[in-house]
Amino acid sequence: MATTLDLKQSAAPVDTAQYAARIDHVSKSFGRPGAQQLVLDDISIDVAPGEFVTLLGASGCGKSTLLNLVAGLDRPSAGTIDVPGGRPALMFQEHALFPWLTAGKNIELALKMRGMAKAERRGEAERLLELVRLKGAYGKRVHELSGGMRQRVALARALAQDSDLLLMDEPFAALDAITRDVLHEELTRIWSETSVSVLFVTHNVREAVRLAERVVLLSSRPGRIAREWKVGIPQPRRIEDSAVADLSVEITEQLRGEIRRHGQH
Amino acid sequence: MASTDTRDARPKNDLAGLEAGLDALETTHSTERVGLGRVLLAKVVPPLVAIALVLTLWQLAAASDLKPDYVLPGPLDVWHSVEQMWLDGTLLGYIWTSVSRGALGFAVSVAIGTPLGLLVARVKVVRAAIGPILSGLQSLPSVAWVPAAIIWFGLTDATIYAVVLLGAVPSIANGLVAGVDQIPPLYLRAGRTIGATGINGIRHVLLPAALPGYLAGLKQGWAFSWRSLMAAELIANSPDLGTGLGQLMENFRTYSDMSGVLATIILILVVGIGIDLLFFSPLERRVLRSRGLLTKG
Repeated sequence: MATTLDLKQSAAPVDTAQYAARIDHVSKSFGRPGAQQLVLDDISIDVAPGEFVTLLGASGCGKSTLLNLVAGLDRPSAGTIDVPGGRPALMFQEHALFPWLTAGKNIELALKMRGMAKAERRGEAERLLELVRLKGAYGKRVHELSGGMRQRVALARALAQDSDLLLMDEPFAALDAITRDVLHEELTRIWSETSVSVLFVTHNVREAVRLAERVVLLSSRPGRIAREWKVGIPQPRRIEDSAVADLSVEITEQLRGEIRRHGQH
Repeated sequence: MASTDTRDARPKNDLAGLEAGLDALETTHSTERVGLGRVLLAKVVPPLVAIALVLTLWQLAAASDLKPDYVLPGPLDVWHSVEQMWLDGTLLGYIWTSVSRGALGFAVSVAIGTPLGLLVARVKVVRAAIGPILSGLQSLPSVAWVPAAIIWFGLTDATIYAVVLLGAVPSIANGLVAGVDQIPPLYLRAGRTIGATGINGIRHVLLPAALPGYLAGLKQGWAFSWRSLMAAELIANSPDLGTGLGQLMENFRTYSDMSGVLATIILILVVGIGIDLLFFSPLERRVLRSRGLLTKG
């Protein structure tokens, strides 16, 4: 009995039910040896399956760097990152849709790269467009869509990867407030309808509280975990809810404290 | 329970409608169609007027007898030269000889220039080694290759094609390099995140993203092909070679037939511009428009 238990712990450390992503004592520095700049310092975050986590921080906290590390676009200088579900999907602040393809074909390319058979792609692309409520947009070119529609197609393309983990790098930062508000609601709906885990980077405190089950505040230069909050407010929330506002005030105070430290020396 | 009592003031399923409204508000409808008459007026009439003006000035200069007719023939004399070739049934033959050479030379240049450009754009060592030479070659007039090509290949078709290739290949390769260099890095990142790496990345992201620059290179490559061809045909003149427009012009010169020389110059110009207008420009416009890179006007 004891031996089997040992085996279980040592030989099978990747229990897919345990986490969607594990960031384990990760540090990252840039620059030449000798003149290195530490950007991320000893970050450890577990994202549970189906969990929605926002990474919050001022500029220079390395939140985008961290997301790139989790996406596998860069390697950490120390520590490990484990994403048991395979390559995560990634959404950027810019839609990053390919202008030479229609909205539908953009999604189909992701499906193709995932290895889906040609016959199934069209139907799946239509289903994903319907999920982001863009039913008629299949044949539309990217430039024919509004900013909010583009981000929804980008979300559909990210979902097309069928990854357990969705990384979002300030995806709504360039949108106007009304559209952003609608997309918050849309993202919450899609997140609750699917089993996807989300790691969402933002510098917008209210957005972080509006969306997440857990908010992780990073300090800047180097990025360290300053504090974490569990957000117990039930979904669907609104950005103007008083509970969202109250927690936002608390987090903002802490964030301002972190920023002030940089002016003191 | 908790969700109903705080949220009763809000309509339940308003998100879909809200979103449809936003989409409708934010989508610009460019339903305004430009009428054929206005297109003709804006695009066709001005160049026609300009040409008519040039012809009038030319006719006036010729008619005022500033120079003898064998030095400065009028537009009508030149037109008669063209008409004569048409009546002799030789005109289309001359044009076809040159156009078929130009087309074949251009096709081979594309086949060589494309992989070459891709290699220079993507492999650092190759770029460092031959990148500067490749862009330097563009500033070398291709007529400079003609004497060397004649010594290598004699007065054969090989000479003509060698000169065309040396003119067009660098231009096409450079166009592709520029196209690849101008790709926003975001596309490459997005491609990698959805798993388009290696060959897939080149086929589905890199090449389509570089297409506008590549097309500009092809367009320029055609211009270089045509120019180089004329330079080669002018100098490499022998009865064994078919008579293209360049050779035709050289023959007119030996007979001091100024009308014929001017007629040939105009033919060369018309063919060069015609192929650009019929083939490359529509292709380029189509690609740019489909990407929203071309505004109406």
